[in-house]
Amino acid sequence: MDEFVNLKETELRLGLPGTDNVCEGKESIISCCNNNNKRALSSDNEKEIESSSRKTETSPPRKAQIVGWPPVRSYRKNNIQTKKNESEHEGQGIYVKVSMDGAPYLRKIDLSCYKGYSELLKALELMFKFSVGEYFERDGYKGSEFVPTYEDKDGDWMLIGDVPWEMFICTCKRLRIMKGSEAKGLGCGV
Amino acid sequence: MGLRLPSKVLEHILSFIDSNEDRNSVSLVCKSWFETERKTRKRVFVGNCYAVSPAAVAKRFPEVRSLTLKGKPHFADYNLVPDGWGGYAWPWIEAMAAKCPSLEEIRLKRMVVTDECLEKIAASFKDFKVLVLTSCEGFSTDGIAAIAATCRNLRVLELRECIVEDLGGDWLSYFPETSTSLVSLDFSCLDSEVKISDLERLVSRSPNLKSLKLNPAVTLDGLVSLLRRAPQLTELGTGSFAAQLKPEAFSKLSEAFSNCKQLQSLSGLWDVLPEYLPALYSVCPGLTSLNLSYATVRMPDLVELLRRCSKLQKLWVMDLIEDKGLEAVASYCKELRELRVFPSAPDLDEANIPLTEQGLVFVSKGCRKLESVLYFCVQFTNAALLTIARKRPNLKCFRLCVIEPFAPDYKTNEPLDKGFKAIAEGCKDLRRLSVSGLLSDKAFKYIGKHAKKVRMLSIAFAGDSDLMLHHLLSGCESLKKLEIRDCPFGDTALLEHAAKLETMRSLWMSSCFVSFGACKLLSQKMPRLNVEVIDEHPPETRPESSPVERIYIYRTVAGPRMDTPEFVWTIHKNPEIGVSHLAIK
Repeated sequence: MDEFVNLKETELRLGLPGTDNVCEGKESIISCCNNNNKRALSSDNEKEIESSSRKTETSPPRKAQIVGWPPVRSYRKNNIQTKKNESEHEGQGIYVKVSMDGAPYLRKIDLSCYKGYSELLKALELMFKFSVGEYFERDGYKGSEFVPTYEDKDGDWMLIGDVPWEMFICTCKRLRIMKGSEAKGLGCGV
Repeated sequence: MGLRLPSKVLEHILSFIDSNEDRNSVSLVCKSWFETERKTRKRVFVGNCYAVSPAAVAKRFPEVRSLTLKGKPHFADYNLVPDGWGGYAWPWIEAMAAKCPSLEEIRLKRMVVTDECLEKIAASFKDFKVLVLTSCEGFSTDGIAAIAATCRNLRVLELRECIVEDLGGDWLSYFPETSTSLVSLDFSCLDSEVKISDLERLVSRSPNLKSLKLNPAVTLDGLVSLLRRAPQLTELGTGSFAAQLKPEAFSKLSEAFSNCKQLQSLSGLWDVLPEYLPALYSVCPGLTSLNLSYATVRMPDLVELLRRCSKLQKLWVMDLIEDKGLEAVASYCKELRELRVFPSAPDLDEANIPLTEQGLVFVSKGCRKLESVLYFCVQFTNAALLTIARKRPNLKCFRLCVIEPFAPDYKTNEPLDKGFKAIAEGCKDLRRLSVSGLLSDKAFKYIGKHAKKVRMLSIAFAGDSDLMLHHLLSGCESLKKLEIRDCPFGDTALLEHAAKLETMRSLWMSSCFVSFGACKLLSQKMPRLNVEVIDEHPPETRPESSPVERIYIYRTVAGPRMDTPEFVWTIHKNPEIGVSHLAIK
C-alpha cells in the first residue's frame, strides 16, 4: 500500500454531489467526480495530479442529493413516500378512547378521520346506538339523555362542540358519553 | 468401428439432466451430443439479453418451453441507468414466435415490454402458460388484457414491481368465464381498482389457485370475500388494510384467515394498522415467508406477530423492527434463512431509528440457518462483522449497506477492512457480496484472495486507488458480475485484466476514473466484449484522458447492438470507423 502516493494529507477524495456541478433530475446524469479532480493512480503512472484539489467537508452533504443512494428501488421508495405524505396529512391518526356510561367496554376512534363535529357525532351514534339530540351554544345538547363530553389536556371534562374543531382535536384526550343524571350539570335538557 | 450412443438413448439420458450448466457441458462433448442436447433442451436462461442474438437462440433450441431473460444492468434499479438505454423484449418475442411455437413460459427481468409484445405472445403461443415480468416497463393494462383474454391455459400471471400504464381495472374482466386454469396471479403493482365481483368469480372458478397477490386498491371487505372463496391459498399478498377498524370487520377477517390452513407466505399489508395484526395470528405458526417491508408498524406490534412465527424462513421488514425486535426474531424464529431489513426513511434526513449493527449480530447468533442477508444500517463496526462471520460461516449472500458513505467503524474510526476480510475468509460459500462503509484497497486484497465463490460483487464509495480493481480482477475466481460506483480507480487495472472480463457476464462502472481512451483500447483489444460508454456528452468532444460517466462492459457473441440510444456510445471494432452510437449504419 505504501508504495503508492499517500494522498490522505491532501485529502483528495471523490467529492459527493452538493457542490456546484450537481444537476438533478432524471434525465441528467449526475457524476460524483469533477473532470478536474484526478489523482495519481500509481507511482509509475505519468499522469499529472491536477492542481484543483477539493478538501472534503467534515459533514457529508445531504444524502438525498446522491443519485441512487442508498440503493433502494424506486418502487419501494415511492410506496414509503406515499405513506409518509399520507401520515403527514392525517397526523398519523389521533386515536382516543371512547367510553359510554353503561356500556361494558370502551372503543377507540381516530379523530383525524372526521372533518367536523357532525361527522364525529354521527359516527359515535352509530357505534353506540344512541342519539345525542341537538346542540345549542348556550344550553348544550337538548332532546336526549346522552351528552357527549371529552377530557381535555388540563384534565377537565368539557362538552363536545364548544371549541373550534381544530382546537378540539388537538386538546382532546378521551371521550365519554354521559348518560342520565350525571349529564345534567353540563347543560342537558331532556 | 467407433462406439456411438444412439441418439434416442442419449436423449433418454439427457432427460434426467436439468441444470443448464450441465447441459452446456454436455453440448461441448462432440457434435452429435451438441445436436441431441439442443433439440431436447426445454429451459433456456439468458442472463444478458445482448450476449447472444434472439435468432441464434431460437434456431438452436427449437423445443424450448421456458425462456428467461434479463435486460438492464442491476444498477438500473437505483436510477443509475438512464431511460431508453435498451433491454427490449420485442426482438426475442418475434424470434421465438417464428421458430418456437411450443414456448409456454416467459420470464423477463428489467426489460422493456410493450403492449405489442404482449399481444404477440398471446397470438403466437397456443399453449402459453406462464408470464412473469419483474421490474419491467413499457406496457399498459391493455397488454395484460390481451394475455388474459387469449391464453386459454394461462396458469401464472405475475407482475412484480413493474411500471405499468394503468388504464383502469377492466383488464381483469377479460379472463373468459371458461378460464379455470389459474394457479398464480400477482397484480400488486397496479394502481387501479378492479371490479371485485369479477375477481371473486375468477377466484371461485380457479380451483388450482395457490398464489394471489392483490393490489392496494382491494379493500379489506374484498380480501375477506376472496379468502372465503380460496381457502386453499398458499401465498397471499393482501390489499390495503387502511380501513377504520370495526369489530365485525375484524372478526370476519380473523375468521377468514383462520380458514386458510395452508397459507405459507404473506405479503402486501400496505398501511396495516397495528389493531389488525391479531387477525393474522392464526396463520403465523404455518408461515414460512413474511414480507412486512411495507408495513409501518412499530416494534412491539411486530414482535407480537413474529413471536408466533416459529417456522419462518424468510423475513423482510423495515428498520422499525429495531435491535430489540431482531433480538426477539433471533429467539423465536429459529428456522430463519433469509433476512432483509429496509430503511423506513431512505432519504435519511433524521435517522432516529434504534437499529444498529447489534440487530444483525443478534440474528446471526440466534438463527443457525441464516444464509442470506440484506441489511441497511447507518453505521457499522468491524467487531460486529467479525462476530457475524464467526457465527455464520454458512452465509451465501451478504449485502450490507452502510447508509453513510465512507462511514468508518464508529467505535474505532478504522476502515471496515478487517470486518469484510473476516466475512470473505470465514464464509467460504459466499456467492453474493455487497460492501459499503469506509474501505481501503486492503479490503479488496482480502476479498480478491478469499472470496473464491463470489459470483456477484457490488461496491460503492470505496477504495483508494487502482489497486482495488486490480485485487478484484486478479482474484475472485468465480466472479461473474461486478458493479461499481463512485470509486477512485481507472484505466490501468481495467486494461491489465481485460481477459478476465470475458470470463464474466458484465462489469458496470459509474462515476469512476475510466477514460474514454481506455474504453477505446479495450474495445479494440477484445472483440468479444461490448464496451458501452453511457454518457450525456459525446466522448469525442473531450480529451481522451477525461473520465466518462458510466461504462457497461459485457461479453457477447452477438456483436455490438443496433438499438443504442443517443447517449450510449459503442466503440466500433474497426478503428477506422471509430465511435458512434449507431453501431453499424
